[in-house]
Amino acid sequence: MNDAASPAYQAIQALEYRYARLLDDDRLEEWPDLFVERGIYKVIPRENCQRQPQLAILFCDSRAMMMDRVRSLREANVYNLHYPRHVVSNIEVLSATGSVFEVAACYTVYQTDLEGQTRLFSVGQYRDVITGDGSTLRFREKIAICDTFNIPNLLAIPL
Amino acid sequence: MRELQKVDAMSREAPLIAWPSRDGSRVPFDVFTRADVFAREQEAIFRGPVWNYVALEAELPQAGDFKTSFVGDTPVVVSRAEDGSLHAFVNRCAHRGATVQRQASGNTRQHRCVYHQWCYNTRGELTGVPYRRGVPGMAGYAADFDVKDHGLRKLRIASHKGVIFATFNAGTADLETYLDEPLLAAIDRLFSRPVKVLGHMRQRVRGNWKLYAENTRDPYHAALLHGFHATFGTYRTNQKRTGGSDRARAHTTGSTFGDDWRTAPHSGDVGQDKIVASYSLADPSLMEGRPDFNDGVTVQITSIFPCLVVQQIMNTLATRHIRPKAADDFELYWTYFGYVDDDEQMTATRLKQANLVGPAGLISMEDSEAIELIQRAIVRDGQENAFLEFGGLNTDLDKDRQGEASVRAFWRYYARMMELSSTGVGT
Repeated sequence: MNDAASPAYQAIQALEYRYARLLDDDRLEEWPDLFVERGIYKVIPRENCQRQPQLAILFCDSRAMMMDRVRSLREANVYNLHYPRHVVSNIEVLSATGSVFEVAACYTVYQTDLEGQTRLFSVGQYRDVITGDGSTLRFREKIAICDTFNIPNLLAIPL
Repeated sequence: MRELQKVDAMSREAPLIAWPSRDGSRVPFDVFTRADVFAREQEAIFRGPVWNYVALEAELPQAGDFKTSFVGDTPVVVSRAEDGSLHAFVNRCAHRGATVQRQASGNTRQHRCVYHQWCYNTRGELTGVPYRRGVPGMAGYAADFDVKDHGLRKLRIASHKGVIFATFNAGTADLETYLDEPLLAAIDRLFSRPVKVLGHMRQRVRGNWKLYAENTRDPYHAALLHGFHATFGTYRTNQKRTGGSDRARAHTTGSTFGDDWRTAPHSGDVGQDKIVASYSLADPSLMEGRPDFNDGVTVQITSIFPCLVVQQIMNTLATRHIRPKAADDFELYWTYFGYVDDDEQMTATRLKQANLVGPAGLISMEDSEAIELIQRAIVRDGQENAFLEFGGLNTDLDKDRQGEASVRAFWRYYARMMELSSTGVGT
C-alpha cells in the first residue's frame, strides 16, 4: 500500500503535491477542482480534536463553498501580503478500499513577507479521503489538523 | 549613587506619559509600544478595580474541573471545588514560583507542583509538602510552618449567568454593579439558556491589546475594512442599530437589526423561520440559519472592559478573551458555544457559520491585519497621536453609535484608570 513505486501511491503523492503547488503558485481558482463536488475541506485546531463535533476555523462542505472562499479572498478580504510555501511529507496510505484511499500526511506552511522574511506559519497533519480511478484522483475529504492552533495573525490561503 | 536615586524618584513622580486630550480624541502611540506602560496596565487595570473574564461555567461543569486562563498576563487556574463553588488562583507555586497546573483543562482533586511536589486543593490551598517533619538526612520545616500561610494567591471570583470573572482587587464593586445595564441585559440575552461549548479558536496578534479593544468599539471601520458583506450582498441590514453603555462608559454593546430576521413572524416558536438566502454566493448554505431570538438582532457585539468581547453574529455565539502578552503582542482566545437544547441541525449551522468569524473569518479576518499594520508603523514618534473625531466630539454615547464615540469613551476610562492627567485640549 505504501510502496512508493506503486502507481496508486504515486498518483496520491502527485495529488498532494499538486494541491501544494496550486496554493503556492497563487492558482487558487484551480484549488476547488481537486475536490469532488461535495468535497469537504476543514481546518481544525488540534485542541478541538477531543470534542465531537469538532469546531473548525475554516469549513467548506462543497466545491461551491470553496469557490466562494476563493472569490472572497480575491475580491473582499484584506490579509497579510505574503508568499506561502506548502511542504507536504510523510505521505502514508492508511487504508485502501477499492478506489477509496485514506491518507495521512504532514504539512508545513511557511510564509514569506514582501521584504523576504520567512516565518513558520503552521505545522500539522492532513487526514484525507481520496477517491477516483488511478489517473484522476480527487479529495473527498481533506482535514488539516493544526498543531499550530494559535494562528499567527490570520489564516487566508488554505493550509 | 545618590544622584541615581534622585533621578529614579523623579521619574516615579513624573507622569508616565503626557495625555494630550481630556475627551479621548487624541491617543499617543506610546501607549501601544512602551513596556513601562504595559507594566503599569498590569497593576492599574488588570489588577485594578475591574472584573476580568476568565472562563465560562460550561467549561467547568463538574467538581474538580479546572481550566487555566489569564488575568492580564498573569497565569491563573479557574477551578470548581467539591461543593460546586468556583475559585481562581494564580498558577504559580507558593514555594519557588513554578507553574503548578500545566494542562489547559481537566479534572483533578489536587494541583501538584512537579518541582518539589507541593500539593494544593481545588481551592488553591496548600494541603501538603513532602518531608514536612523531616526524614533522616533532611530537616524538614520548622514546627511553626503552617500550610495555611502558603496557599496559592487567590482572586475574588464571580459568575453572572455562567460567565466567570475574577479580580485581584478587594475594592472592585460587585460584578452586577460593575457590568451595569444594559450590559447585563446583553449578557442575559445570550446566556438565558444553558450553553455548551463547541470549541476554541486562537490567534496570536503582533499588536497591542488595546487596538483590539478599540476595534470592537468602532463601527466606523466595519463596512470600510470588511468587504465580504458588500461583495456578496449578504448583509441585508435595515441599518437600524441600537446600543448602550454603562454609567462609567467603560463597556459598550451594539446591536444591528437585519430585515430578514426582523420581519420573520414573531411567534413563540422562534427557530422555525428559515432565512431566505438569495445571495451571490455559489453555495448560500453558509448564510442559512434560524434566529435564536425573537428581537430581529442579527449582530450583537458587547465589549466589557478590559478584556472581554461577547459576540452574536447570526447563529455564531462566542466569547473573545483578549490576553495581553507584551506591549506588542496579544492572544485572542475565542470560546464558541451553542445551547444545550440545540438540535443537530442548529449545531451544524453554528459550526458552518463559524467560517464567518475567527482567525479565518470571511467577514472579520481583516481586524488582526489592521492591528498589525498599526503596530508596525508606530515604532517611532510615540508622542504623535491617533486622531479620533469621527462623529464630532459628541460624547453622548446614546446619540452617537456610528462614529468613534465609544472609542473615545474607552480612552477616557483608560486614562482615568492609569491616572494619566490631561495636559492638552478637550473638554
